[in-house]
Amino acid sequence: MTTVTPDSFSSAPPEVVGLGPIAWAKKNLFSDWFNSLLTVVIVGIFSWGAIRLTSWALTTAQWQVIPNNFGLFMTGTFPSGLYPRIWALLAIICGLAGLSWGVLGRNVSTLFSRGVLIGLGLVCAFIVLFPPTRPSSLKLLPMVALVAIAAAAGRQAGRKFPGIGKWVSLAWFLSYFAALWLIGGGLGLTPVSTNDWGGLVLTLFTAVSGIALCFPLGLLLALGRRSALPVVRWLSTAYIELVRGVPLVALLFMGQVMIPLFLPIGSRPDRILRAIIALALFSAAYLAENVRAGLQAVPRGQNEAAMSLGLNTPTTLGLIVLPQALKIAIPAIVGQFISLFQDTTLLSIVGLAELLGIGRSILANPAYLGRYAEVYLFLAVIYWIFCYAMSLGSRKIEEKLNTNH
Amino acid sequence: MRKWGLLAAALGLTMAACGGGTTTTADGESGGTATAGSRLDVVKDRGQLICGVDGGIPGFSFVDESGTYSGLDVDVCKAVAAAVLGDAEAVEYRRLDSTERFTALSGGEVDMLSRNTTWTVSRDTSVGLEFAPTTFFDGQGMLVRADSGIETLEDFAGQAICVETGTTTELNLTDQMRQLGVDFEPVVFQDADAAYAAYDEGRCEGMTSDKSQLVARRSTLPNPDEHVLLEVTMSKEPLGPVTVNNDSAWFDVVKWTTYGLIQAEEFGITSENVATFEGTENPDIARFLGAEGTLGTDMGLPNDFMVQVISQVGNYGEIYERNVGADSEFALERGQNALWTEGGLMYSPPFR
Repeated sequence: MTTVTPDSFSSAPPEVVGLGPIAWAKKNLFSDWFNSLLTVVIVGIFSWGAIRLTSWALTTAQWQVIPNNFGLFMTGTFPSGLYPRIWALLAIICGLAGLSWGVLGRNVSTLFSRGVLIGLGLVCAFIVLFPPTRPSSLKLLPMVALVAIAAAAGRQAGRKFPGIGKWVSLAWFLSYFAALWLIGGGLGLTPVSTNDWGGLVLTLFTAVSGIALCFPLGLLLALGRRSALPVVRWLSTAYIELVRGVPLVALLFMGQVMIPLFLPIGSRPDRILRAIIALALFSAAYLAENVRAGLQAVPRGQNEAAMSLGLNTPTTLGLIVLPQALKIAIPAIVGQFISLFQDTTLLSIVGLAELLGIGRSILANPAYLGRYAEVYLFLAVIYWIFCYAMSLGSRKIEEKLNTNH
Repeated sequence: MRKWGLLAAALGLTMAACGGGTTTTADGESGGTATAGSRLDVVKDRGQLICGVDGGIPGFSFVDESGTYSGLDVDVCKAVAAAVLGDAEAVEYRRLDSTERFTALSGGEVDMLSRNTTWTVSRDTSVGLEFAPTTFFDGQGMLVRADSGIETLEDFAGQAICVETGTTTELNLTDQMRQLGVDFEPVVFQDADAAYAAYDEGRCEGMTSDKSQLVARRSTLPNPDEHVLLEVTMSKEPLGPVTVNNDSAWFDVVKWTTYGLIQAEEFGITSENVATFEGTENPDIARFLGAEGTLGTDMGLPNDFMVQVISQVGNYGEIYERNVGADSEFALERGQNALWTEGGLMYSPPFR
């Protein structure tokens, strides 16, 4: 921390403090003739593109394909009579998300700051105005309310019981199995064949399962690669290098085409399970390298200090090295998660009806032939929302864990 | 050096795995038929037909707004389900990629394929498949602008033709043009969307692909009426349902259900008038609908299986018109897919 002396403060140009929009533009956009030209050209290109896109979106584009097939985009060929189960799942996720938000933000002075309120308002407005979601706005608006209520409740609970974070994590863990039960049925619910899982639900399910499986695996591989035991080290290195040398598509095809050849007729692991395993095995190799980078960034002195304090290897790892290493590796790890999420689109070429695959099917409907641009733009927006949410979340976690001063 | 050794070991392992894979299939197949009996019993026990479809071919298989599969390929699955189980809706559709469709079939993951599969000799023999009668005679065609003045392939001398690379389409085009001695300029694309976009922009005078696909794509062009299909057919693409080798009982069911669709059209029996044929005097029709004889039970099916098929799915003509013909967006003419009595290739052996 540098100390600001009154002298150095007053020597700063006073204009900087109250820079008006015109002065700002002059300083940043039109400082000399070259920058001015650049600004004009770039603004021209952007506005031309924006105008073209808007005029296409408002006049040429035929958007009926989106609202008419909205259920398909979200859940694929999931039986529409069982949609309440998907709503229940959404409610669980919203409740837990709100709760976690409240618990994490228990020490923030105002949970619902102006920015958050504006954001919530925008989400509500979107739900009411956006044609595909408008029919279900009566169900979606309570979801938003649920998030807010759960957040407020979580904040209170978080203040009263500081150890509640663990239970929220456990609830998330259990919610995965609740999701499995609600989507797949069984145990009193009508079973739904995995063949009928599809759309955004399948995309999210495969992504979350892949992430949940690849993280521990990647962690173990990273530790294995740095292990002092030669066999463990060689095996981990061989696995990482082999998997990183094979494209994901090849792994997926192997999962879908080759695994059935090895197994006796009739015993066939589910196709979605095979896809999830392939995704997780693939990402684990990359994740291992990300974690290893984090491990290597932890100064050796930390390890030695821990040893001199008498900690054994597991406690050194668990209490000293991993917390620091993972914190360093968060951006890379989240990057890996985002790319895993996007990699789920490859499942469409191995015949699973995830978001992109169901889009392909909808485009083959004679009623919507040639609506490529509309459908793919819509899908791109959905993918962007989730990826951006993930990177936003990672930035928040980074900020929260940032203990450097 | 150690890395190379590792690589070699991995390569060897993969090859061994591949070799092992093929032998496993062969064993599995013969073992499956010897012990488990016919697929027909499996389907009956399950009470559901598992049918492999593509899921993304306009007019052949797609998902409609209500989330149900539709299309010509899908209707063939429905017909088989109606024949075997008496319920056209008792089908589970499995979306299959073109590379995995045959392994899925031979591995027993699906009971049959109805997935735009061209009948070729190598698939029938070395791949180990049985091809039921063709349900759609496709062929490679050529799309041109109506005002281009191009009427035959010879007119393409010095002109550009858009084609997808790495397909049989590209090879067929080159073969045909070499045979005719026409010097044309091929413009190849990796991706179908890009090829059609280039054709639309006028970068090539012609666009070649399977006729059914050309017609489907034509309807997506800004002014569909400005484009016409040439009369020429450059290749044979007979598409039909497929089952595995060495299961005659099941293959017979699929084969004769498909023939039944064609025969029903020839008899003039439709989903609407099938009930009026109940007490028919015509012995051929009575046998066909199971009122006389034992054609159905001999096959292991209910004797009136064709009544179920026709009443629930319709005859071949209805299926065709509904999905790709006059009643659809594509308005594809019957052409080769007309009945043999009307100059087409659809011909069913007698039901007796």
